[in-house]
Amino acid sequence: MQDFAEAFRLAFSLVLSGDADLFEIIWLSLQVSLTALLISCVIGFGLGTVVALSRFPGRGGVIVLFNTLMGLPPVVVGLLVYLALSRAGPLGVLGLLYTPAAMIIAQSILITPIIAALSRQIVEDLFCEYDELFRSLTVPLHTAMAAVLWDARYSLITVALAGFGRAIAEVGAVMIVGGNIDHLTRVMTTAIALETSKGDLSLALALGIVLLAISMTVNALGLSLRSTAGRQAYA
Amino acid sequence: MHDVALKLSGRIADAASSDAATDAAVLNAAALLPLVVRNLSFRAGGRSLIDALDLEITAPGVTTVMGPNGAGKSLLLRLLHGLIPPSAGEVLWAGMPPDREVQKQQAMVFQKPVLLRRSVADNMDFVMKLAGAPDVERRDSLLQEVGLLPLSAQPARLLSGGEQQRLSLARALATNPQVLLLDEPTASLDPASVMTIERIVKDASGRGIKIIFVTHDLAQAKRIADEVVFLHQGRVAEHAPAADFFERPTSSVACDYLAGRIVL
Amino acid sequence: MMRMVVVAAVAAVVAGLSAAPASASDKSIIVQSTTSTANSGLYDYILPIFKKKTGVNVNVVAVGTGQAIKNAQNCDGDVLLVHAKSSEEKFVGEGYGVERFDLMYNDFVFVGPPSDPAGIAGTNDAEAAMKAIADKRALFASRGDDSGTHKKERKLWEAAGVDPSRGSGKWYRETGSGMGATLNVGVGMGAYVMTDRATWISFKNRGDFKIVVEGDKNLFNQYGVILVNQAKCPHVKSRLGQQFVNWLLSAEGQQAIGSYRRSGQQLFFPNAVQQAMEKSG
Repeated sequence: MQDFAEAFRLAFSLVLSGDADLFEIIWLSLQVSLTALLISCVIGFGLGTVVALSRFPGRGGVIVLFNTLMGLPPVVVGLLVYLALSRAGPLGVLGLLYTPAAMIIAQSILITPIIAALSRQIVEDLFCEYDELFRSLTVPLHTAMAAVLWDARYSLITVALAGFGRAIAEVGAVMIVGGNIDHLTRVMTTAIALETSKGDLSLALALGIVLLAISMTVNALGLSLRSTAGRQAYA
Repeated sequence: MHDVALKLSGRIADAASSDAATDAAVLNAAALLPLVVRNLSFRAGGRSLIDALDLEITAPGVTTVMGPNGAGKSLLLRLLHGLIPPSAGEVLWAGMPPDREVQKQQAMVFQKPVLLRRSVADNMDFVMKLAGAPDVERRDSLLQEVGLLPLSAQPARLLSGGEQQRLSLARALATNPQVLLLDEPTASLDPASVMTIERIVKDASGRGIKIIFVTHDLAQAKRIADEVVFLHQGRVAEHAPAADFFERPTSSVACDYLAGRIVL
Repeated sequence: MMRMVVVAAVAAVVAGLSAAPASASDKSIIVQSTTSTANSGLYDYILPIFKKKTGVNVNVVAVGTGQAIKNAQNCDGDVLLVHAKSSEEKFVGEGYGVERFDLMYNDFVFVGPPSDPAGIAGTNDAEAAMKAIADKRALFASRGDDSGTHKKERKLWEAAGVDPSRGSGKWYRETGSGMGATLNVGVGMGAYVMTDRATWISFKNRGDFKIVVEGDKNLFNQYGVILVNQAKCPHVKSRLGQQFVNWLLSAEGQQAIGSYRRSGQQLFFPNAVQQAMEKSG
């Protein structure tokens, strides 16, 4: 119990003191996870929409695959990205291992399936609603995709938040491909892991509280956007 | 508005019949008539919902499709529009099957309005963009016609049921259709909305747009129909000019239906 | 609002991607090293000194010695700084490293609960202590991760004539984790742990654990430093890596290592000076 009280006190004093190292880590966490989220949204919304609107042999298999990959263990993703980006690996020449770019790649791989799987469901539901109208109007497929994605945009915020939550909270992938290098690739989760391994549990917990607060802020922003839209009956 | 219709009809008439035709013939060609349905069947779950149906519609104006629940009215409308493929038989509009080219010259209004999650104006713009550039003036005049101009900026989904259906109708007309297919558009609407919709439909018909209007509202059919197609168990039980149908029905099912007896 | 979010996200991407290449650029090297050196805070102390002198950024990846060597074999590092002499010599022997230098040492200690179920507190004989632990089937938490510490521990079991794998899952608990995580486990379950002194001194979650065995010369813990071989790994930043290795071995680097204190205690004892002088001589 004393640990919790201590952790909260520490969390507040860390934030209030404007600890430069802490803010560097927070900024990098946000940079990495938001960038990964953006990349994943571009790819995931695209994939989800294509699968939602088209019918092809093996479509069911693709959907099962998306849903399965939603459960990708971060460590496995980290390992795969490490093997690919290692100097000894196929993409070693890029020299991306132990850089924020490597972390972005790993997190993108981790959350793209989540974005794709969840957006497919949302887009497909909305498309079912529009289907007869679009066929009656002979709307071309690409126009239909754009229209459904646009009209579903507020519902897709929830999907993006789910992806962001997974990205900002994972430690396994960024630890391996980022290396938890101080001032370079150290993010909130790897810092927490480090402090835990140093046995400084109060500091680790305090960082966890800060991470949770960041996550909460992002979620609150996203959801308020959505509920505003909801009141306007666009969602 | 009339000009636009005529211009379009002229273009199609040129392609269809070059010989000096009467105005009626021009209008007919413009409305993709005649509509010929031969041996049309649609089976689902081992049942024939449309059963070797034959039908020929040559007259312009308003054709109402009537019949008891389950007669296949909505299904027939979708088959005519090419939204679903038939199990057998064919639908020909001026000799052409209802493919994309034919669909483009038609518009359909659904019983339950399908509106995009956008504003009233954006719903209009979406369909107008499909045909070309959105035309604000024309959009506003259509919205004015259905009484929705003051609500242009409103989200379509916040409209009342009647307003939603009026928007559907305005949106359908925005595509400059030759044929307007309506699937019980006024079911469960208030009288004022019903009247507005009927007036607009009659106006459109007057401009040469062929109307096929599914309804089970006898009073409404009497108000708007030029001819009636009465469906029963997936077949045409009676096809007659409106006056004849309501005065002297020839089929026993139509007699029973008009008399308010239960028709199975 | 939606637009603002998109703009912010795009800005983040641009910033993220532009930050990436800058970090990988010229004046920085990657050192594959061990959790014990990193967690003790040694690097936080000596690297700024090196940076100030040379302007070179040293990025430390702290993993177990086993993984550090594997990473270096994959050419994912410029310098290797670990503590498992035979593995290091094999690494050099296979051509992955240029040359191995002794850098510094400290020692391993056994920590345990005050109840001391194996009755080994106060001894300085590691082999006898291990025999006692095995005989009493007292809980023992092992790294189990092929790290330098784990290799050393296995060697000691062997010397004590005990095969701890027979007690695996019973009294012998292999965590498969780093030193800190294993200490957390050990303290949590009241198990003896063998740890390097530096990690223990800087470790915060000690509970009521104390050092029970120390001072055996077999518990000596030698660290070595190796420049990764450019012949095997063309991307290695040999010049900067060599500069770092030279500095560590120099009187200045050795002095920096020796002057690092934690709670008033010296954690690492430099022992390269002699050797470096021999080299230069």
